[in-house]
Amino acid sequence: MTLAAVAGPGLRAGEAHAALRGVTRIFPPADRRQAPVHALGPVDLDLAHGEFLAVVGPSGCGKSTLLEILAGLSAPTGGTVTFEGAAVQGSPPDGVGVVFQEDASFPWLTVWDNVAFGLRRAGVDAAETARRVDHALGFMGLTGFARAYPAQLSGGMRQRVCIARTLVLEPRLILLDEPFGALDQQTRLLMGDELLRLWRDTGATILLITHALDEAAMLSDRIGVMSARPGRFIDMVATGWPRERDSTIVADAAFGEVTARLWSSLRAESLKALGGER
Amino acid sequence: MTRAGWIRVALVAGAVAALELATRAGWIDPHTIIPPSAMAAALAGLVVSGAILPDIAKTLSNVAAAFVLSVAGGFLLGLVIHAAPRLRRALDPLLATYYAVPFFVFYPLLIVVFGMSDLPIIVIGFLFGVVAMIIATLNGLDRVPRVALKVARLARMDAVSTALVIKFPAATPYLFTGIKLAVAYSFIGVIASEFILSGAGLGYAIAYAYNNFDNPRMYALMLFILVSVTAVNMVLHTLEQRMLRRRGLVR
Repeated sequence: MTLAAVAGPGLRAGEAHAALRGVTRIFPPADRRQAPVHALGPVDLDLAHGEFLAVVGPSGCGKSTLLEILAGLSAPTGGTVTFEGAAVQGSPPDGVGVVFQEDASFPWLTVWDNVAFGLRRAGVDAAETARRVDHALGFMGLTGFARAYPAQLSGGMRQRVCIARTLVLEPRLILLDEPFGALDQQTRLLMGDELLRLWRDTGATILLITHALDEAAMLSDRIGVMSARPGRFIDMVATGWPRERDSTIVADAAFGEVTARLWSSLRAESLKALGGER
Repeated sequence: MTRAGWIRVALVAGAVAALELATRAGWIDPHTIIPPSAMAAALAGLVVSGAILPDIAKTLSNVAAAFVLSVAGGFLLGLVIHAAPRLRRALDPLLATYYAVPFFVFYPLLIVVFGMSDLPIIVIGFLFGVVAMIIATLNGLDRVPRVALKVARLARMDAVSTALVIKFPAATPYLFTGIKLAVAYSFIGVIASEFILSGAGLGYAIAYAYNNFDNPRMYALMLFILVSVTAVNMVLHTLEQRMLRRRGLVR
């Protein structure tokens, strides 16, 4: 682990691709008798251009809230969010793509039309749409399924449709909220490889929310470890992996060191989240 | 055709054949029911002579108007009510008990308001169908996946295009329930209204034939209504099955 990797590749002072400063999120109570829920923060985070950062934390620690705030899908209670130098204020900025944990494919559209969805909404012309959709389908290994409906595909393939749908918009920042959570272990490793290839080929900045420590360790340049609710960063682990990497890295001795450190940071917090605080 | 399909055809054909036999053998008085073959022959005669075509056109256009109004109006009202949870809680018991009201009691009022025209007939058909569509819409909107709405927000879609491009197709399996009911209720509302407050249309023509002891004409018209309602429902059923199969929802 080198010091340069801690800062993230290509990061220079004041040049973060996206940044959170003192971000908090407090949910109002469901009724008057309950207290408000302090879900997140305060959180500071800098995402360097082209960086692959994973966020791990115990369940209910506000990871998904963090992602939604960064995506502009919900507004922070306090603090500021910037993307490419402009403030993100509860409305999704251009150039940010999100892949959700749930199956977000539209069952009424074919795979091709699902992937074309965002381009058509953005008014991209038909020829350009066709070119980009065909390319994304090829990239995700879905070419033979262009005319199928999502119901005819496996869970892993549906998630690939959702990734392709995000990918065609050529986002500069890709946010993934436990995208492989519903998949089996082998599929997850292979999807991880595809994600790394996508990251290298597009040069996009990636923030991956996950609860799988090995997934975080295998894919990322840096891994932020969050505390139990209200979620804060309690550790930031740099892996120092080369940019050219794939799932075979799990056999590397350093991989064990990274997961061990993640778990030692996380163990007490996970116990808290389980209510086993003692 | 599936085995269930063949059994279905056999049941219907058997019932028709039994009625044919019973009427031909004189077990049923021909002044009460005429043989199905006679009904079909009378209907063919009426269609060929063109005698009932204006009535058919009038009734079907009124049914179509009532149907379109109740489906479109029910979907729009459903969207509005769904967007206002407090209004919805206030309306819930009213919607649930709506069909306890016999609408036909309002027909004198509708005549006073709209005059003796097609309008009160369409309004009764609409009143019949619209609430079934509202309830189906609310049901469907409750089940639109939240993640689909997030995708809409990321694509920066406004409320109107979100409703049309995301919510409407996402809710379609539930909307179909409302659409099928709206067809049935539009037919019932329009034809029943024609019986009591119209000078034209199939309902009026049946009542007229009945009052004139014109059994072949009356049964021919009833047969026509039966066949057209069944045809419309079969088309809807086919569309629904295709939609459900695409989504992997066929039982």
